Amino acid sequence: MSSVITDDLAEIKEEVAADAAADRTTKKKLGVFFWVCASFIVIVALLATFASLLPLPNPNLGNYSSVQNGGPSWSHLLGTDDLYRDILSRLIYGARVSLVVGFGGALIGLVLGGVPAMISAYRRGRVDTVLNTTSYVFLAFPAIVAVIAIVSFWGHTLWKITLIIGIFAAPLIFRVVRASTLSYATRDFVLAAKALGASDTRILTREILPNIMPTVVSFGLIAVATIIVLEGSLAFLGLSVQPPTPSWGNMLNEGSSLLTGAKGQTNPWLVIFPATAMFLLLFCLNVVADKLRAYFDVTEIKL
Amino acid sequence: MARYIAKRLVLLIIIIIFVSIATFFLVHLLPGNPATTILGPNSTPQNVATVNKQLGLNKPLWQQYFIWIGHVFQGNLGQSFTTHQTTTSIIAQSFPIDLELIIFSQIIAFAIAFPMAMAAAKRPNRLFDQASNSTTFAMLALPPFVIAPVLVLIFAVHLHVFPGPASYVPITQDFWSNIHTMLLPSIVLALGSIVVYFRLLRNDLISTLQEDFITMARSKGLTDRRIMWRHALRPSSISLLASAGVTIGSLIAGTFIVELLLQMPGLGYQLISSVNQDDYTVVQGITLFVAVAIVLINFIFDFLFTIVDPRIARE
Repeated sequence: MSSVITDDLAEIKEEVAADAAADRTTKKKLGVFFWVCASFIVIVALLATFASLLPLPNPNLGNYSSVQNGGPSWSHLLGTDDLYRDILSRLIYGARVSLVVGFGGALIGLVLGGVPAMISAYRRGRVDTVLNTTSYVFLAFPAIVAVIAIVSFWGHTLWKITLIIGIFAAPLIFRVVRASTLSYATRDFVLAAKALGASDTRILTREILPNIMPTVVSFGLIAVATIIVLEGSLAFLGLSVQPPTPSWGNMLNEGSSLLTGAKGQTNPWLVIFPATAMFLLLFCLNVVADKLRAYFDVTEIKL
Repeated sequence: MARYIAKRLVLLIIIIIFVSIATFFLVHLLPGNPATTILGPNSTPQNVATVNKQLGLNKPLWQQYFIWIGHVFQGNLGQSFTTHQTTTSIIAQSFPIDLELIIFSQIIAFAIAFPMAMAAAKRPNRLFDQASNSTTFAMLALPPFVIAPVLVLIFAVHLHVFPGPASYVPITQDFWSNIHTMLLPSIVLALGSIVVYFRLLRNDLISTLQEDFITMARSKGLTDRRIMWRHALRPSSISLLASAGVTIGSLIAGTFIVELLLQMPGLGYQLISSVNQDDYTVVQGITLFVAVAIVLINFIFDFLFTIVDPRIARE
């Protein structure tokens, strides 16, 4: 009898060891690519934050002794635009708009959409039904059309744009957070916490929040990218932060109007550089979000 | 099924009421009195009073809303302050351009995404699959306002393959040059759809190809080509077609961008120029039209796919 048990134990130990070994070989890493992209985002953010400390020419004021629409040179690494302004300087200052609206809007969306979503999915009932329907109603409304209309009636300042886009991001974040809260709200460990007499606040913040955090973070980054695209489109249409304040979207707009030489000038660099910057930022946000999602995704480990 | 459709219909009505209220109240976001903003430098107290009366701004808000809605149902969306054209006629002139752009872009997107997804799903994780996966992943970071100016720079300005901005010709005037001018903007719009369609179809095809009925077809000795076209494609394309309705909403943003860039007088172009001229009734009218159109298109697609795939209604 005892030998059977020890045999079983040995067998189990072997299995555990094999599992651990398999885990070690298939242990998921974020990968070099993730770190390259994450550092790119951090560098852009640092440059944008400390732009005024960098040895950059004034982004809003051209130096009329330099070349108009000049290509890249040593004095202007990325060239100058039609108003003699340094493109590199405008790109760095312009990153502020994208980053503030992107991260600020996503944060507003998380507060307005994510917090109610957790409570609503945990409590269920009539409030949940109402909020759920409201989110459907909001999602049916095409965000770009609504944002264009509101911005043109209300104004184009940075905080207004961030707030409006954040409000329109909220229903989408609500849906994602609600779905992932729902999948944890009825699990045994939540039930156990309830049985131990934990308060709802404690269950939400200590039991559910850590579990949905990976989804929230990786979807939050997707939301940042989506919001940056929305702001960029708005800026391209001339409806975001107004010139002379640079943003990548309005630089692309200025560059596009100089593309064909219809204004007597051409400057392809004013399209190429902002477009590249925008592509790299969005690409890196997507990569970071995607790698994080894969890293935390339990189902994918089994494959 | 009937219950599902009834539920969607109720939701549709709620959404449309919400959209109309939201659009109506937009005007009241204006700082100060709309009449003074509309009149601009001509705003004497007398003029303001006339405009207030004309627009019914002296009545209580809820009354104004019902009057406005009554006009909307009669097809009267107000008049432009600058050109005195009715908003309805502006929409009637410009909407066909958006429609044409959307249809063209979807034809291009389907023509590219389908063969690409089929080729990728045939050998998952092999070279072509990986290459097209990474390409479409990168394309996610190329929204219309980034890629459109670059394509215009390359193909219109440098290679002269496509005409540049401001060369739009109505389809009634010259069919072929209309198609020619429409190609570049349609390609820009198609790029976004290709990414979505390719990814959905590829994933669905890969899981369909592992099902028993495919093994059955293989064991009967059918060719790969026949299995792909006759057996795997149809059950795999449902979620893709269902997503087409949702994609329309995001296409709208793209049409606005290309219209402004290439100066094509579509809805987006009209909307932006009305915004720039403070022509508020037109902005209000176009916003309402586009929002309701998108909501209706989504509803129709939803409805069609409950007929094609009754499983959707049961969920």
